[in-house]
Amino acid sequence: MKVILTVTGLDHEGIIAAVSTGLADLHVNILNVSQTLMEGYFTMIMQGEFDESKQTIEDIQAAMEPIGQAAQVEIRIQSEAIFEAMHTL
Amino acid sequence: MIDTNANILETIQMIEEDKLDIRTVTMGISLLDCIDADGARARAKIYDKITQRAKNLVGVAEGIEAELGIPIINKRIAVTPISIVAGASGDSDYLEYARTLDRAARAVGVDFIGGFSALVDKGQTEADRILMSSIPRALAETDVVCSSVDIGSSRAGINMDAVRDMGEVIRETADLTGEAHGFGCSKLVVFANAVSDNPFMAGAFHGVQETDCVVSVGVSGPGVVKRALEKAPGAPLNVSAEVIKKAAFKITRVGQLVGNLAAERLGVSFGIVDLSLAPTAEVGDSVARVLEELGLEVVGTHGTTAALALLNDAMKKGGLMACSRVGGLSGSFIPISEDIGMIEAAASGAITLDKLEAMTAICSVGLDMVAVPGDTPASTLSAMIADEAAIGVMNHKTTAVRVIPAVGLGVGDVVEFGGILGRAPVMPAHEGSSEIFVRRAGHIPSPVHGFRN
Repeated sequence: MKVILTVTGLDHEGIIAAVSTGLADLHVNILNVSQTLMEGYFTMIMQGEFDESKQTIEDIQAAMEPIGQAAQVEIRIQSEAIFEAMHTL
Repeated sequence: MIDTNANILETIQMIEEDKLDIRTVTMGISLLDCIDADGARARAKIYDKITQRAKNLVGVAEGIEAELGIPIINKRIAVTPISIVAGASGDSDYLEYARTLDRAARAVGVDFIGGFSALVDKGQTEADRILMSSIPRALAETDVVCSSVDIGSSRAGINMDAVRDMGEVIRETADLTGEAHGFGCSKLVVFANAVSDNPFMAGAFHGVQETDCVVSVGVSGPGVVKRALEKAPGAPLNVSAEVIKKAAFKITRVGQLVGNLAAERLGVSFGIVDLSLAPTAEVGDSVARVLEELGLEVVGTHGTTAALALLNDAMKKGGLMACSRVGGLSGSFIPISEDIGMIEAAASGAITLDKLEAMTAICSVGLDMVAVPGDTPASTLSAMIADEAAIGVMNHKTTAVRVIPAVGLGVGDVVEFGGILGRAPVMPAHEGSSEIFVRRAGHIPSPVHGFRN
């Protein structure tokens, strides 16, 4: 399954490191990354992929939640399907 | 990857800030194969079928919520109108059927179950009469059962015998739930031109022409439409219509996606997407605010009907292309109690029952979640139903009345329903009597343009 991660919060060191390490531990392959800073506000959008037969998106959401809390950012993980449905014909 | 990050952030903003959600995933279940000459056996079959077919409904819907990151507010079930199912049993009261539906709904964890219903637009069978007379106790003594009665159609006209009876049924339901200011009436809708694939409550039932089991979806999203309009302030109204169409398209696409996923995972057919714009009483989730964004100081003032016509039509046009099958009510809902803008307008007197009635001529669904004084007579309730039915029958559209005589309360008081049902200021009804008109009963013939063959 392809997923979109959005990570938002106040900028500080190590956010990308924490998120990408967490994803690597969960065997989520990162396909694409985009990150910007807007007035000190960190916004990162990642596209990832994982094997649905081995774990569910809910497993990944649950595992990433403490990582988001520790890094003081909000991590949302959603199926790419909702964005494709809404924005592509 | 998706084209632009802006699209991703827009979707997230719609969900988190503009309260985009899926209002309901509703499973329609046919109970025709549960009909039995023995009522107890019929009810056992009904319980078994509902709990078997819908056993995974809530779990699957919650899984989709987590996966897509969009809330699904309600999970519901609609069944074949009980008057059709129970008729063969010879029972003289259908209260036990309502209790069975209630138990089955709670066993599978859904929020509501609809279908304690009768379709009497042309005439009543004995079973229809029994069902209608069972409604007050059914609603007073169950928690999640919803009831509806179809009393008119463009083809058959208006069954005024049933209109008279339903005024009394509403009155009795209010009195039986008088301690909760007539709360039972919030679970009862009287329709003209009822649709058999409506996923919204309280009027959902599973029509006899439907397949055995389907999943349908009702979307929401007035906040999304309002935000889109805010980006084009002062634009000509045709530009506003285009803006609404685009927002409606996006909202509806999500509905279609959720419906497809739910049907596939439940192993049942996908029914329809209902394009209705459904508000809640939360700030930022109001259809009234969309109308005000178009330039009205307050909903209910002159221009409201025109603004609503524009909104309703643009929602349909945007949504039609976004999904494979449109159905249900598909229009803007304008309930009083479930929309913060409507609540405020009703409390200040800016919107009246008469203006609401005019608004229902061009949108779904009718006088919805309207509280009237607790001592409103049954004949006045019947006359309100007749007026709404006339609008629906003459204009080939669905109309409905879900009115709550707020027992113990008068104009200026507020009834609290709680949850997504919200709260309703008690609105004044006309005091002139409609008693003699309603007592005449019979039927109002269908319009000439009802005969299109």
